[in-house]
Amino acid sequence: MTSELDIFVGNTTLIDEDVYRLWLDGYSVNDAVALRVRSGILEQTGATAGVLQSDTMDHYRTFHMLERLLHAPPKLLHQLIFQIPPSRQALLIERYYTFDEAFVREVLGKKLSKGTKKDLDDISTKTGITLKSCRRQFDNFKRVFKVVEEMRGSLVDNIQQHFLLSDRLARDYAAIVFFANNRFETGKKKLQYLSFGDFAFCAELMIQNWTLGAVDSQMDDMDVDLDKEFLQDLKELKVLVADKDLLDLHKSLVCTVLRGKLSVFSEMETNFKNLSRGLVNVAAKLTHNKDVRDLFVDLVEKFVEPCRSDHWPLSDVRLFLTQYSVSVHSLDGFRHQVLWDRYMGTLRGCLLRLYHD
Amino acid sequence: MPGKLKVKIVAGRHLPVMDRASDLTDAFVEVKFGNTTFKTDVYLKSLNPQWNSEWFKFEVDDEDLQDEPLQITVLDHDTYSANDAIGKVYIDIDPLLYSEAATVISGWFPIYDTIHGIRGEINVVVKVDLFNDLNRFRQSSCGVKFFCTTSIPKCYRAVVIHGFVEELVVNEDPEYQWIDRIRTPRASNEARQRLISLMSGELQRKIGLKVLEMRGNAVVGYLQCFDLEGESGLVVRAIGTACTLDKLSSPAAFLPACNSPSKEMKESPFNEDPNPNPHSSGPSTPLKNQTYSFSPSKSYSRQSSSSDTDLSLTPKTGTGSGSAGKEGGPLKALLRQQTQSALEQREFPFLTLTAFPPGLLVHVGGVVSARSVKLLDRIHNPDEPETRDAWWAEIRQEIKSHAKALGCHAVVGYSESTSICEEVCILSASGTAAVLNPRFLQEGTVEGSLEQRIEENLPVGCGFCHIPYDELNMPFPAHLTYCYNCRKQKVPDVLFTTIDLPTDAVVVGKGCLIQARLCRLKKKAQAEANATAISNLLPFMEYEVHTQLMNKLKLKGMNALFGLRIQITVGENMLMGLASATGVYLAALPTPGGIQIAGKTPNDGSYEQHISHMQKKINDTIAKNKELYEINPPEVSEEIIGSPIPEPRQRSRLLRSQSESSDEVTELDLSHGKKDAFVLEIDDADAMEDVHSLLTDVPPPSGFYSCNTEIMPGINNWTSEIQMFTSVRVVRLSSLNLTNQALNKNFNGLCENLLKSLYFKLRSMTPCCLCHVNFTVSLPEDELIQVTVTAVAITFDKNQALQTTKAHAEKSLQRASADNEEMLQFPLELCSDSLPSHAFPAAKEHLESASSNSGTPAAQRATSVDYSSFADRCSSWIELIKLKAQTIRRGSIKTTVTVEKASPMGDGNFRNRSAPPCASSTVGVVKMTPLSFIPGAKITKYLGIINMFFIRETTSLREEGGVSGFLHAFIAEVFAMVRAHVAALGGNAVVSYIMKQCVFMENPSKNQAQCLINVSGDAVVFVRESDLEVMSAQQPAVNCQPSCTGEVTT
Repeated sequence: MTSELDIFVGNTTLIDEDVYRLWLDGYSVNDAVALRVRSGILEQTGATAGVLQSDTMDHYRTFHMLERLLHAPPKLLHQLIFQIPPSRQALLIERYYTFDEAFVREVLGKKLSKGTKKDLDDISTKTGITLKSCRRQFDNFKRVFKVVEEMRGSLVDNIQQHFLLSDRLARDYAAIVFFANNRFETGKKKLQYLSFGDFAFCAELMIQNWTLGAVDSQMDDMDVDLDKEFLQDLKELKVLVADKDLLDLHKSLVCTVLRGKLSVFSEMETNFKNLSRGLVNVAAKLTHNKDVRDLFVDLVEKFVEPCRSDHWPLSDVRLFLTQYSVSVHSLDGFRHQVLWDRYMGTLRGCLLRLYHD
Repeated sequence: MPGKLKVKIVAGRHLPVMDRASDLTDAFVEVKFGNTTFKTDVYLKSLNPQWNSEWFKFEVDDEDLQDEPLQITVLDHDTYSANDAIGKVYIDIDPLLYSEAATVISGWFPIYDTIHGIRGEINVVVKVDLFNDLNRFRQSSCGVKFFCTTSIPKCYRAVVIHGFVEELVVNEDPEYQWIDRIRTPRASNEARQRLISLMSGELQRKIGLKVLEMRGNAVVGYLQCFDLEGESGLVVRAIGTACTLDKLSSPAAFLPACNSPSKEMKESPFNEDPNPNPHSSGPSTPLKNQTYSFSPSKSYSRQSSSSDTDLSLTPKTGTGSGSAGKEGGPLKALLRQQTQSALEQREFPFLTLTAFPPGLLVHVGGVVSARSVKLLDRIHNPDEPETRDAWWAEIRQEIKSHAKALGCHAVVGYSESTSICEEVCILSASGTAAVLNPRFLQEGTVEGSLEQRIEENLPVGCGFCHIPYDELNMPFPAHLTYCYNCRKQKVPDVLFTTIDLPTDAVVVGKGCLIQARLCRLKKKAQAEANATAISNLLPFMEYEVHTQLMNKLKLKGMNALFGLRIQITVGENMLMGLASATGVYLAALPTPGGIQIAGKTPNDGSYEQHISHMQKKINDTIAKNKELYEINPPEVSEEIIGSPIPEPRQRSRLLRSQSESSDEVTELDLSHGKKDAFVLEIDDADAMEDVHSLLTDVPPPSGFYSCNTEIMPGINNWTSEIQMFTSVRVVRLSSLNLTNQALNKNFNGLCENLLKSLYFKLRSMTPCCLCHVNFTVSLPEDELIQVTVTAVAITFDKNQALQTTKAHAEKSLQRASADNEEMLQFPLELCSDSLPSHAFPAAKEHLESASSNSGTPAAQRATSVDYSSFADRCSSWIELIKLKAQTIRRGSIKTTVTVEKASPMGDGNFRNRSAPPCASSTVGVVKMTPLSFIPGAKITKYLGIINMFFIRETTSLREEGGVSGFLHAFIAEVFAMVRAHVAALGGNAVVSYIMKQCVFMENPSKNQAQCLINVSGDAVVFVRESDLEVMSAQQPAVNCQPSCTGEVTT
């Protein structure tokens, strides 16, 4: 006796969260059944393996049918075929768009193209995430990217509106889209210690302050592209390190205030010029796309690593950066205060986030 | 021109991409009714077109209004080639034709294509202006209401129940016409869908005419079925019960009187078992007219074996001759006479109802059924469906005579079904023989009849069990005892019925689903030889199914079956029998004896040992079941039973059948000279197998109960969570091991596994009960068995059980009064005179049955509730009801207030708020249930009948996920279309939902599959009881319209 057909259809679509997770994780039906058996469900419910197999198949079929709708979440809300309570709809969508930290670190800042898609095999082997799950996550990134790429208005709002994600997840996607668009390098060995959260934090600051949207809310792609004019202007900051007097003055201003307040004061004093040169040069280089991509590499190389090798505590870094930015206001010969604040305000936030082991 | 139909096409959404180049669609819509067609403009390049058309107006006869569906076709405009169809929507406008139902149909309908399934949605508004014109030879029957529900619908009162109506229409099946060879599958499917839609419209109109002739205004328990007879044609037939219904004007009349958790029980007379496939008996040979009438049917009602040969001509049960009439005699005779005039003058005194207004059902005789095997031949003239008519008339006649033999003048819970394989067709009909109170069946007598009715002094809760036939002239051997409830009249030891458990029945413990399953191999044969072979097999199957049921019932320690439905399915090389029923322990009936095993070869020691081992296992199972289902009937001392019995001869007999000791049973056996049903003789491997299979049925896991009736006896604290579902399984038998035994085992396994899967899937709902579990078996191909199950899972609250002790006691009084506010006096009378006149044990039994329901030790409770407080509570309870009813009436809430609240819009708004910032969601929740009620809610309005037929076909089966993917998607789509139609009518639920047909055919080698599904139900508006209470407290009178228009705008 072999089963030809075996289905269960409820007026309210049954969603089993555990099976959904297994499905999202890309397990085949057989693997999923094996995992469920291992979870002890048979003992709890007194069911047989056959029942479990049939149940898993049913859920997988349902998810497969729902997947098409999940690609455009508003459709899931309006469709008539599956009657699903709102809370369950939200759960389906949220889980579907949730991604693995390990996976996102691999593709963050990469171009979301076919080429990258081919690398998914390697990523799958490296991270231990099933290829199927990698594909879903990659496709999600790409889909969101495509939809919001050329849209006006706030990036987070757009994502939320078109994909009905929670605020948290929408922000993460905004970061992913922003990174993909600007192709920031995140894969270098030096950057391995950074988490997705670190990058997402920086992305949010940069979106808020460095994009077109920060100055004009009516532009296309306003939140996705960096403000070219702003980047161009950043060259002007070079004077801070090029002009020797200005640099000395700046140093003495910072040192006066911080004397006695830093545990690493002497290290700071000796390194001041190097650090300042590093930070200002990063700004000056941002006119070139290639250098924009290396922003995080540069920040880590030029600032995080020197400080770390001198064992600066985080509180000292904070004090230093605050004083370093503020002191510029007292430099009489310097005319680009506003530009400096727009640059340094964001950079300070980013650096503090990036500064950890 | 008696009617003007107006249609407006508003918009479309989620349309499929029809133009690959632009990834867009140029859609327009054709609106067709009868022979008139209108078109909208083409809305260029959009997947969400906004047509916003003018009103298309059709001026039509009301006859056409009833027959024709409105047909809406969405197309993609193509300048150079033919326009491509995207899909269609058929809208049945019948609900707009009677005043109390829907006034407008408006909403989003899925656009359906028979090849691609649902492809987007379209927003349509439909209205009808009817002009009255009365004095004509009416061909139409506008205004007659139809209900699938097999009880009197909640917001109506039955003034008169007129009786049985039936009709059938036949036609050629488009699938088998010559033109089908040259047209596309899509065209063929659409022709079929349209034809069936037309035929069911016509059928409904014709039935309506019959109802008007009988001076009724409604059909209740309307059951319409299709017979796909293949080459020989297409038959659409329907049966129902004509009634005159009165709308209860004020909602207060049916407002819950309090919020006790048991109120659903009280106000929803358990209903319905609208199963298309009923029960069993007399097969007739295929040879014309040679009706070899055979009636094991009678044996159905009780003990088994006796009756299978004689009785073909049913002895007229001498009403007058009964000197033995005793107490009940004169009354019975009187009743019979009265009703004879009322009901028997009708050709067929049948009711399709399974639940009845209080007082209607007087006695129940037992199950009657008839079967007949016919050879199909081509229907030559569609206008003269006489052959099919004659076939059914023959069967109904047989049923009628069976009922007479049981001393009954009526058949209730009546249903008909067919099973077709190639050119052989088995027609089946079954019902429950019963004696009815004639007052309901005559015009003019019912007004205020409720009080009068009581004079008849029927004991509460057991009257229906009392035998309607003459004790000395019994149609079959049975063991009679005095009723364990009232001690006045005789009851049988086992009762089988097709109806729902009467609301006032006193039940001990809980009920459970009992199934008998059986397969029989049959040689492949042609035409008459085939039919003869089937006819010869049928009696054996009936007998075996019956024995299985009886044994399983005993094994559960119960004594009555309700909702019995025996389905016999014919296939190429086998016959399948599946009987489902809900077993209960009726307090009025004697405790069932155990099951005794007897070996044939007593000399063999090890064999003896084996037998005794088996016996022990069986006894253990019975004990375990009694505990599981909380069956602990009160011990009754013998004096009490014995005292009212005059003749000693009878007493001894009575005592014997009541006794459980094995000696007695054997003796009893001998006295009949026949094998008793519950003595199992193990004389060969087969019998061994049977006993084993008895024991292999596993009880549902803890937290689950199941039944095939409306609600589970013994559970009354339902919560509002329900989940209706359909599950389908098809298995392929390996042709190697085709023996009867292997088949039985396979089939048993299939059903058991299916149930196990359901329990597993629904585990998150526990504690819950699967209600109205409806199994259908079909044999689509040689080695394929298809089992389809539809049921609803309802959660209940374990913790409220304590309160229900009280509620239950009150309920027995309240139940009777539920339907009608006038009846409020009725329970008062009842409690003041019938209860005190009862012997104490009866009342105690009552209480105990109540307490055993609640799941706590019965003894404990029984002592804590004494009789006086019981009576006390009853009267204060009545006061409470009265008070409530009055205040509510004064408040005069408009039902429509609540409509708005419960309507889909309300839900939509709610979702807007709760969901992320997304655009508004307009999809309201529509509940579906096979039951006639919704737990925790009031049905405030019936919007009309839903009767839909869909065909789905695919030529890319693999791509759609194989057969499972294909059917899963299709059933989900059918649900969606039903919900959309209900929502468009302004409703939020379908009750009495039934999937009448699910015909699935596959051809994997060609990558093709086809499926036909027919569903029906009643669209309703319901209001949560909690909302009702809030509303009645806050705003006594608010006016507003049903909010269905709200949906249009989004």
